[in-house]
Amino acid sequence: MTEARPILLSQGRVIDPVQEIDIVADLLIQHGRIQEIAPRISSSEDTNRIDCQGMWIVPGLVDMHVHLREPGEEYKETIETGCMAAAAGGFTSIACMPNTSPPNDNSAVTKFIIERARECGNCRVFPVAAITRGQKGGCLTEFADLLAAGAIAFSDDGLPVADPAVMRVALEYSRNFKTLIISHAEELSLSRGGAMNEGTASTRLGLKGIPAAAEEIAIFRDICLAELTGARLHIAHVSTAGSVEIIRAAKKKGLRVTAETGPHYFSLTEDAVDGYNTLAKMNPPLRTEKDRQAIIEGLRDGTIDAIATDHAPHSVLEKECEFHLAANGIIGLETALPLALDVLVRQEGFAEADIIRLMTGNPSNILGISGGSLDPGKLADVTVIDPEREFTLTTEALHSKSHNSPFLGRTFRGRTVLTILEGRLVFDMLQHAYYMS
Amino acid sequence: MLKSRHILGISHLSPDEISFILDTAQSMKEIMDRPIKKVPPLRGKTIVNLFFEPSTRTKLSFELAAKRLSADTVGIAASTSSVVKGETLIDTARNIEAMRPDIIVMRHSMSGAPHLIANHVESAVINAGDGTNEHPSQALLDLMTVREHFGTLNGLNVTIIGDIAHSRVAHSDIMAFSMMGARVTVCGPATMMPPDPDALGARVCLDLNKAVKDAHVVMALRIQKERQGSLPLFPSEREYARSFGLSRAVTSELRKDAIIMHPGPINRGVEMSPEVADSINSVILEQVTNGVAVRMALFTLLLTDQQKLP
Repeated sequence: MTEARPILLSQGRVIDPVQEIDIVADLLIQHGRIQEIAPRISSSEDTNRIDCQGMWIVPGLVDMHVHLREPGEEYKETIETGCMAAAAGGFTSIACMPNTSPPNDNSAVTKFIIERARECGNCRVFPVAAITRGQKGGCLTEFADLLAAGAIAFSDDGLPVADPAVMRVALEYSRNFKTLIISHAEELSLSRGGAMNEGTASTRLGLKGIPAAAEEIAIFRDICLAELTGARLHIAHVSTAGSVEIIRAAKKKGLRVTAETGPHYFSLTEDAVDGYNTLAKMNPPLRTEKDRQAIIEGLRDGTIDAIATDHAPHSVLEKECEFHLAANGIIGLETALPLALDVLVRQEGFAEADIIRLMTGNPSNILGISGGSLDPGKLADVTVIDPEREFTLTTEALHSKSHNSPFLGRTFRGRTVLTILEGRLVFDMLQHAYYMS
Repeated sequence: MLKSRHILGISHLSPDEISFILDTAQSMKEIMDRPIKKVPPLRGKTIVNLFFEPSTRTKLSFELAAKRLSADTVGIAASTSSVVKGETLIDTARNIEAMRPDIIVMRHSMSGAPHLIANHVESAVINAGDGTNEHPSQALLDLMTVREHFGTLNGLNVTIIGDIAHSRVAHSDIMAFSMMGARVTVCGPATMMPPDPDALGARVCLDLNKAVKDAHVVMALRIQKERQGSLPLFPSEREYARSFGLSRAVTSELRKDAIIMHPGPINRGVEMSPEVADSINSVILEQVTNGVAVRMALFTLLLTDQQKLP
């Protein structure tokens, strides 16, 4: 790869919660690394000087929960299209879940994913390997071998580890490697057959519901097991008020528990399902307004550490059908930041630095990966956000191969306009107007 | 006169529309008492009965209603359809649509399936029961039967007993009766109550005797044995019959003018004792008769109004 020209991001608002920086300044990128942050930096002739007035310069966003669908379901998404969507959404690091076909339960699949991502070159991909072979909930995968191949955490995401004894063993074994177990918390005997949240809307629509208790029981179980084993535990896609309460209590107790939620859980409620809208079908399901408020409070007080998209591409084959048959999940890479700006910053009054922390430093800390800050000397993963740029989400505007978003047609204010990975421009709608809007 | 091109559910209708349908049904019922039970208004119209679930009464009722209005009918049962060959529901509907029917009457085991089809076809769609969601024509025939008896629906107490959570009849009935000013109480094993009865407009009373005390209308739902599955929601039919079955002992405490209803088919001796089903207060067969009249009304209203729509 040829050495990229130095880039000078000029006079933007540099927000880096890790360094506790929030100042208007220049940021210079050279040799793929962040060189300097200073009020004024003079640049050489060959420097690509980009005017960032009115924009935010933040660490490249980190999404710790993405489904890339490759290998096996390339008609939904490939590593290439997923990475393009990530770059367009401002993400420079993403962690991909193991429920591919075959699942990422051995080092060959892990290496394949990393290799494909390297070829694509516009986003750093960190594979999360399966906890159990074939995600079947029985025998553990080879943690040591998977970690050596480049896996960074373990989860049977998409499927819960149903047997608590297996989860206990996984948590215990994870301690040998100081690695992270990510829990897809769902008590299947309570959720089975359910298509949406159990409550008012499910009654109105005559659909079988999934009670909040199905998630909360599973979270509580895994927290008890984390306490028993002394292992680290991360709870994926938290969606209910009760879950927030359980995690809050666990943290208060000093347990090594972290948690994430998806942008949809702080943006939408079960009412989005009205009219049997399969684009609002996901697991865990969209909950009530009370839950949505509790999720926002959890993000505000630090109970929930990270915003992760659970980007789950599905084609029209899985979505244009009977609600019961429709697949769970929505894409999220290209709407996560706009939703955080709309809902958390403008409606809920979050500080800008707080949402950046939830989308950069916190998730990279949890995963133990580089990035997440703008420290001089670090690899230059940088995202430039135009907080005022308006755009309407259309299928044409999406980079993801799938278009299963309940936000299609919605007009957002604020988005990523420039994404830099290791000093290279991987997404640029600042200097190149052709991209759309 | 109807706002929608389709009849997807009671939740899509207004009280005025419901009254209008019931009035129309009343005049249709008169036709059924004539020696020649056939009139010409829908001559040249085609009605497809697309049933993905077995049905005897409802299918026959729709078919007779269509024939009495001189429409041509075709029935498709799931076992003979291309669904078993892996065709999607939307494709099945589009293919039927390509043959230019005027109305598709559809029953499906999944909630919302007729709503999905309605988005993809030009024909009018009538929901003949979708999963655990709605069965609007059943609710309309129930309203008609009750209105014939009491002259009004407003202010009546209606009690529905049984598996409320999984009954599309109950869902449609609760919404329809409460929309027309009746007070709806539901009763049965607590395992069979909906998560949020309020969302439909019903109050739950778990004590059968209290639930039926002031009722003008007592409706027992069929216990669907096929729904019992791997996790039974009550211990035994014996216990259900003793706790929630309508027996003489229960009905003897009812108001003198109370009527007994059942959407059929009845499990005699489970949700209702034979004596109660055949008692003077039972209007179960009137419901069946009115079913044809209500469906004639729906066909007529959908097809005569359709021309006026853009």
